[in-house]
Amino acid sequence: MRSSVENMKPVFVRPKSLSDKKFTYCPGCHHGLITRILAQVIDELGIQERTVMVAPVGCAVFAYEWFRCDGVQAAHGRAAAVATGIKRVRPDLVVISYQGDGDLAAIGLAETIHAANRGEKISVIFVNNQIYGMTGGQMAPTTLVGQHATSCPEGRNPQEAGYPIRMAELLATLEAPVYVARLALFDPKHVLETTKAVRKALTYQVQGKGYSFVEILANCPTGWRMSPVQANKHIAAVVTKAFPLGEFVDKG
Amino acid sequence: MERQLMTGNEAMAEAALRAGCRAYFGYPITPQNELLEYMARRMPQVGGAFVQAESEVAAINMCYGAAAAGVRVMTSSSSPGVSLKMEGISYMAGADLPVVVVNVARGGPGLGNIAPAQGDYFQATKGGGHGDYRMIVLAPSTVNEAAALTQLAFDLADKYRVPAMVLADGMLGQMMEPVELPPFVDVGSLPPKPWALSGAQGREPNYVASFALDPYDLRELNRRRLARYQQIEAHEVRWEEVQTEDAEVLLVAYGTMGRIAKTVVRLARAEGTRAGLLRPITLWPFPYGPIRRLAQRIPVVLTVELSMGQMVEDVRLAVEGRAQTPFYGEMGGVVPTPRDILQEVKAHALQRGKHEAGVRPA
Repeated sequence: MRSSVENMKPVFVRPKSLSDKKFTYCPGCHHGLITRILAQVIDELGIQERTVMVAPVGCAVFAYEWFRCDGVQAAHGRAAAVATGIKRVRPDLVVISYQGDGDLAAIGLAETIHAANRGEKISVIFVNNQIYGMTGGQMAPTTLVGQHATSCPEGRNPQEAGYPIRMAELLATLEAPVYVARLALFDPKHVLETTKAVRKALTYQVQGKGYSFVEILANCPTGWRMSPVQANKHIAAVVTKAFPLGEFVDKG
Repeated sequence: MERQLMTGNEAMAEAALRAGCRAYFGYPITPQNELLEYMARRMPQVGGAFVQAESEVAAINMCYGAAAAGVRVMTSSSSPGVSLKMEGISYMAGADLPVVVVNVARGGPGLGNIAPAQGDYFQATKGGGHGDYRMIVLAPSTVNEAAALTQLAFDLADKYRVPAMVLADGMLGQMMEPVELPPFVDVGSLPPKPWALSGAQGREPNYVASFALDPYDLRELNRRRLARYQQIEAHEVRWEEVQTEDAEVLLVAYGTMGRIAKTVVRLARAEGTRAGLLRPITLWPFPYGPIRRLAQRIPVVLTVELSMGQMVEDVRLAVEGRAQTPFYGEMGGVVPTPRDILQEVKAHALQRGKHEAGVRPA
């Protein structure tokens, strides 16, 4: 049997909403996967030409340049406020903020909660890897009890540092959000579920329904001092116990 | 032109709308609340965006977003709140975004009080936020001028892609005066902003950021900004002179203090002392040249401020030892009367006279 190129069809292509700028992520990091999922969904929904990415300060600081979409870099923690400013003056644009746990749940907690509570018609992608990756592995508001980090070398002690903040559950107590979910990426099934959730979040925004929030349990092999495989197993076995997966709000 | 009786806060808000401002984000703080409330009422009427933000920090970052999307946007606050906005102003300077920030300044430091003061001069003109940047600072001395300078602030911010501040104070914000309101600008006729975020349709994506990891890249960006700042310094210095031609004592004062100083000039002249006034309208760029020229022939340059002495440092830089540069200030929200300042002017004139007559000062 001879096969010809004409009879071949692509089954996996690079999303056209990804730019050519190289990722600066560490090997095995979930950020790259999340960026790709987002680009794929933007392609599927055909919204590349009206999407604006709001990048945080953190490992994803270059997120404004990784998409072939207009992009803006926000001050640390202020992505939700920047997204609010854009969406309020250009409701026709699809505005996506992409934020890590230090950015969203520590320094930007007020902006996060109030944007959600006002029901801003934006989508927030929250990458929860339980650590400050870019600055070298300090404790995050989502760091697990007992988890080691450079600023809690003996492990997070809840008597002094409190407990990991469950952002999805917290935002689910508000009236306004139309979609709040927590997903993970430790195996192909969960990658597909995350893609579905991101698609739902962006679709609700396109439909003008309101605020959507997708929390994704991500790894940080470098910060956790684990191999990517160990890190995936850790998420499945340990992290999902502290941060249960699920859709907490779906008013679609 | 339309003439109305308005408070400074209302006049600045209405002037902004007429200048094409279509987004306002703010947080309550006295003595600027009427500006926010006016915007809450009027902005929807002109089809713009209004959000009462959760903080001044959030408000300035909403401005960052709206400015990045190419819309004329404004926020207002008073001293403690403006401190919180400084991070955002630095980011906007770094991202080359135009925004208008109104500071209806009050007594400080800290919570201070809600009375008029000029203690925010350093913060406004010397880089209140971090990093290497400049901000245009306009200082009105009447309600009418507050309206006019608000409009100018939008034009200059857009022209040079920089943040611009209107630095008023609690007196100007709260007092009522007749205002000449200019007609509405047609928003569609404003110069286009091809750099703005509008969706990458039929073009390469636009990126708005203040981020450049490579020091040589950031140096290049800062050099371009510096070139724009030099253009501003060359073309946008504004000031007013009152009876400086034959003055023996030159007062330098801005804002509320500037209008009081006008009365001082009149009173001094009625009593035989030839006083004059230079009132800086742009605090950055500062009128160094005009002050320097006057200091070549006027022996006493008296700076008067509602602070412990901030602008006086720029006056001394301008004068560079050509004249005496005494300072008179009131603090904590206390506003001196023209008579208080008149005593000061006469004392300096008298001392000068003795000096010229060969009498050594005591």
